[in-house]
Amino acid sequence: MQPFTTWKAVAVPLGMPNIDTDQIIPGRYLGVTREQQKEGMFRDMRCNEDGSPKPDFIMNKPAYNGAGVVVAERNFGCGSSREQAVTVMLDNGYRVFIAPSFGDIFANNCYQNGCVPAVLPEARVNELLRFLLELPGAEISVDLASQTVTGPDGKTDSFAIDSFRKDCLLKGQDDISLTLSYDKDIAAFESRQKAEVAWL
Amino acid sequence: MSQPATMFEKIWRRHVVVDRQDGYTLLYVDRHILHDGSFFAFERLKQVGQKVRRPERSFGTPDHYVPTDTRNVAAISDDRQRLLVTSMARHGAETGVTVFDVGDRRQGIVHVMGPEQGITLPGLTMVCGDSHTSTHGALGALAFGIGSSEVTHVLATQSLWQRKPKSMRITVDGQLGFGITGKDVILAIIAKMGAAGAVGHVIEYAGSAIRALSMEGRLTVCNMSIEGGAKAGMIAPDDTTYEYVRGRQFAPKGAAWDAALNQWRSLPSDDGATFDRELSLAGADIAPMVTWGTSPEDAAPITARIPEPSSAPDIAKREGIERALAYQGLTPGTPIDGIKIDRVFIGSCTNSRIEDLREAAKVVKGRKAAVPSWVVPGSGIIKEQAEAEGLDRIFEDAGIEWRHAGCSMCIGVNGETGKPGERIASTSNRNFVGRQGRGVRTHLVSPAMAAAAAVTGTFTDVRKLLPN
Repeated sequence: MQPFTTWKAVAVPLGMPNIDTDQIIPGRYLGVTREQQKEGMFRDMRCNEDGSPKPDFIMNKPAYNGAGVVVAERNFGCGSSREQAVTVMLDNGYRVFIAPSFGDIFANNCYQNGCVPAVLPEARVNELLRFLLELPGAEISVDLASQTVTGPDGKTDSFAIDSFRKDCLLKGQDDISLTLSYDKDIAAFESRQKAEVAWL
Repeated sequence: MSQPATMFEKIWRRHVVVDRQDGYTLLYVDRHILHDGSFFAFERLKQVGQKVRRPERSFGTPDHYVPTDTRNVAAISDDRQRLLVTSMARHGAETGVTVFDVGDRRQGIVHVMGPEQGITLPGLTMVCGDSHTSTHGALGALAFGIGSSEVTHVLATQSLWQRKPKSMRITVDGQLGFGITGKDVILAIIAKMGAAGAVGHVIEYAGSAIRALSMEGRLTVCNMSIEGGAKAGMIAPDDTTYEYVRGRQFAPKGAAWDAALNQWRSLPSDDGATFDRELSLAGADIAPMVTWGTSPEDAAPITARIPEPSSAPDIAKREGIERALAYQGLTPGTPIDGIKIDRVFIGSCTNSRIEDLREAAKVVKGRKAAVPSWVVPGSGIIKEQAEAEGLDRIFEDAGIEWRHAGCSMCIGVNGETGKPGERIASTSNRNFVGRQGRGVRTHLVSPAMAAAAAVTGTFTDVRKLLPN
């Protein structure tokens, strides 16, 4: 996993609540190879059935080319546990998601892939959404060490992140290698459970 | 005397491997369920050079990608789909994980198979790389969905890093009305609290209306916890649970059963246990529900009308309703009862169990389907049982297709989808844009309401069709 320290990129405003992972990547792209999944990102919002781009969809507007941050309303990434919703965004250049709340599994999948789901207060998210529409192509920067998001207006907000997740992101540490260092504890749990819950 | 504890708290405490100072817990996973979409997690396990730590704790069955018109896997024309379906058995053979493959009567939707085989038990921690893992909480287990990387982690370590979620109790008291099912209860709950209403919380469903539900009804309620944003949903085990579990293949037997039962009886939340949040509904007020929009929170009683965007409390909500109605092709103010539909799907991990099929058959019996309709049982065992009861004849006599077990048109990744513009009355769990195929309009309903829609060709209050 690639370490995450700082990130500065053009931000796309997705001014809708409850954007589910079926929108981020439709089901028909889940079984194909990761390379083939890349074109599945927001496919049905981004493209017509023949694959031609929908000019009105915000990600298709030239000002947002090369975007690397999404700002969305509440409950972004709700629904299906598909990790492809995070990896398809990552493979298209996104590493930061900003919203008032996230689907739990989507947020966990972000941590597994070196992405940051930053929760900001609803009022500030709405302000950012307005700025990004008024100034298409404006950038947002994130500094993980100081847990801050700086908007195009120069205003900086801090966001909460568990120190466990923050450390793993900063180091680019994979959960499995960390957990293997607790192998003795797992073995001790298993022998304790074997005695207490013999029927399992 | 220790503090009164919730059921969630008790199960959590019994599964802590390590509590770190930073608030993270390494939580032990008692049983892990896998499906054909877990392909990527097995591949990653190989890439990182790890083995399955406890293969006897994992159980798999292909469900997402299996065709439901045939059991002939070799006939799947799409190479990639065939690879995904067949890889489940191959990964099982390579790792020692138990797999119920296509052709085995125990094959079915993971969240049907687990409880049916006695893999799901009270007091266990369970995970699966699928968001509807919350289903298993109906037996008093702590069960939740995880992503593919976490599936690899569980295969390698039989544990998972977690921050303890908050707790929430949803109480439904009173008697449910005639024709009201678990599906109507959970849709009414989500309509009340919203699709993000329980984010970060584990729900315990309580109250006399919940206690009175059958195991099937409870599984339906817990299944859709995720659609309210919850991490998990649970119901305290009781005699209904124990009667359901007794004798199943992977459930304890003999002296072990008595020991288990003794432990399970201590699971329910203690009197005086406190929850971070409480919500309550009156069971008697719940009507048959239908979703009209593109989020499960967009649910209304069959007696209601399609909402007027102008009635929304703010601009954002108004735009949301307008967007949903534009996609769904609906006009504000239209009575829901009477809206024409094009197709019916009865199935999914929400509503494909024997009781669901019986409820649908009760409505269909002696009538004919007015639109193309499918019934997809949740497992090979349910299919056999339904056939033994003659339910397949009732469906087929009505012109309804009787198919094989799998996820099918709930998610459509096996290619079984609706056509653009079609309006589907579906017993599944998600009415998201494009969920059942590009441009398809999904409306979530109970099996009885889906059956009523099938025989009338419109949304119809099933209470008018049910024999008294």
